Amino acid sequence: MTAYEKLKAARHSHRPTGAEYIKNIFKDRIELHGDRRFGDDAAIIGGIGFLNDIPVTYIAIDKGADIESRIKKNFGCPKPEGYRKALRLMKQAEKFSRPVICFVDTQGAFCGADAEERGQGEAIAENILEMMGLKVPVISIVIGEGGSGGALALACANKVYMLEHSVYSVISPEGCASILWKDASKVEQAAEVLKITAEDMKRLNVAEDIIPENFDSFGEMCGNIANLLYRDVKELSALTPDEIREERYERFRCFGVYSENK
Amino acid sequence: MLDAIRGRLRNVLTPETIQCKSCKAEIPKSKLKKNLMVCPECGTHLRMDARSRIALIADKNSFKEMFSTLQSSDFFNFPGYQDKLEKAQETTGENEAVICGTLKINGQEAAVFVMDSRFIMASMGSVVGEKITRIFEYAEKNSLPVIGFTASGGARMQEGVVSLMQMAKVSGAVKKHSDAGHLYITVLTDPTTGGVTASFAMQGDIILAEPKALVGFAGRRVVEQTTKSKLPDNFQTAEFLLEHGFIDNIVPRAELTKTLSSLLCLHKKKEAECNDSIRKAQSRTA
Repeated sequence: MTAYEKLKAARHSHRPTGAEYIKNIFKDRIELHGDRRFGDDAAIIGGIGFLNDIPVTYIAIDKGADIESRIKKNFGCPKPEGYRKALRLMKQAEKFSRPVICFVDTQGAFCGADAEERGQGEAIAENILEMMGLKVPVISIVIGEGGSGGALALACANKVYMLEHSVYSVISPEGCASILWKDASKVEQAAEVLKITAEDMKRLNVAEDIIPENFDSFGEMCGNIANLLYRDVKELSALTPDEIREERYERFRCFGVYSENK
Repeated sequence: MLDAIRGRLRNVLTPETIQCKSCKAEIPKSKLKKNLMVCPECGTHLRMDARSRIALIADKNSFKEMFSTLQSSDFFNFPGYQDKLEKAQETTGENEAVICGTLKINGQEAAVFVMDSRFIMASMGSVVGEKITRIFEYAEKNSLPVIGFTASGGARMQEGVVSLMQMAKVSGAVKKHSDAGHLYITVLTDPTTGGVTASFAMQGDIILAEPKALVGFAGRRVVEQTTKSKLPDNFQTAEFLLEHGFIDNIVPRAELTKTLSSLLCLHKKKEAECNDSIRKAQSRTA
């Protein structure tokens, strides 16, 4: 598959949404709402549930499964209150020593005037800052689109996974094409040059590994994801809280390609 | 050919002027520079390059540059990137879009990073991220405050997802510096947008901005298309952010050094140190 075909697959409306992964992976779930400041953004859902025998906090960007819920969820483009809700749940998880599991699926943070007014940039900045300091394990899975800062705001994790046909990018290929070639229709080339596929992420160490997709046996696929998450949570929980944080810092500290003449 | 000669002649005969982007007045470059790149006609704060900004706030000869040899590379073979880098280096005389180091303001030491929008719109690639991360790590180790001047079009598309990761990398260093109890002041300058707004620009303990600086996450045109309505004129300006509670204050350029000096002084851990630097500052102005 070309990068563009993967992009289309990642955006496909029949793809399982964040809510479906949560339903299939965690048991005895309690959903929690609101950012305690402004509202409850339906684009981000979160709560507490069991991953096997371990209580965890789960957070997902959810695009919605039908047109009605997609409108309600703003097509998976979170607003500042969504990011602030996610941060509230993460800080709560830290207080009660619960690991945090995030599912990322967004074309990007919402770009409306109301989002700007309420500090979209500040909300994402605060999430990234605080996530980099969390003393509990954080694992993020990109299940569809990983769109720029709006995705990173839920992906400053100890471990990041990509679903087979998910993508992760600094800018939408459409945006890149219109800047680069003043022609938004050159999406295919842009998708290629931006390096957005799961394989690219693994090669660049942006993701630890790629999770195979099998939507025909979705229950089984989620069972495998649960096993993977359980293994990682167990492994990370053996570290001290400070070590967990330091491990995450070192993970991100390595990113960058440059030369240096000393 | 003839046009080129005429153009060069014109430059020699008449002093070089810069047009104010706001009132469109043609102002001689030298006059504008003397006025800190603030339009004498309408008060608009025009963009200032990083070296001039350092000269503006630093005590004479106190600036020591760090990490200046870091070089970007076109590791994705991204169309046009190598050219862009070379051109930017040529026109600015700088290696990259941010300058880092230590300086003194009225005798008080601080670590600084200053972004320069002339260099590929000060977009954040590996080198920008690495230099800013290092200055925070250095400041943490040496118990120094950090003052950061932001200006950026956002992440550097030409470095793909690696540029996105810089947001997390820098933020990790900001967080460590912060948890160690050190001060971080950001000064948002025109324009601060995208991934820089969505990371270290908005992570300061104290966030200042220059008058009318454009500060936002998404571009105005994108917001307009999404919202499908006309936006207020002051949308995404420093004044708009102050009104909505996202910055601490707006500081005109002429008052910047004094404000930064006072803030550093107010965060001194020992009273004696503060009194000492005030005395020094007073003796200098006397």
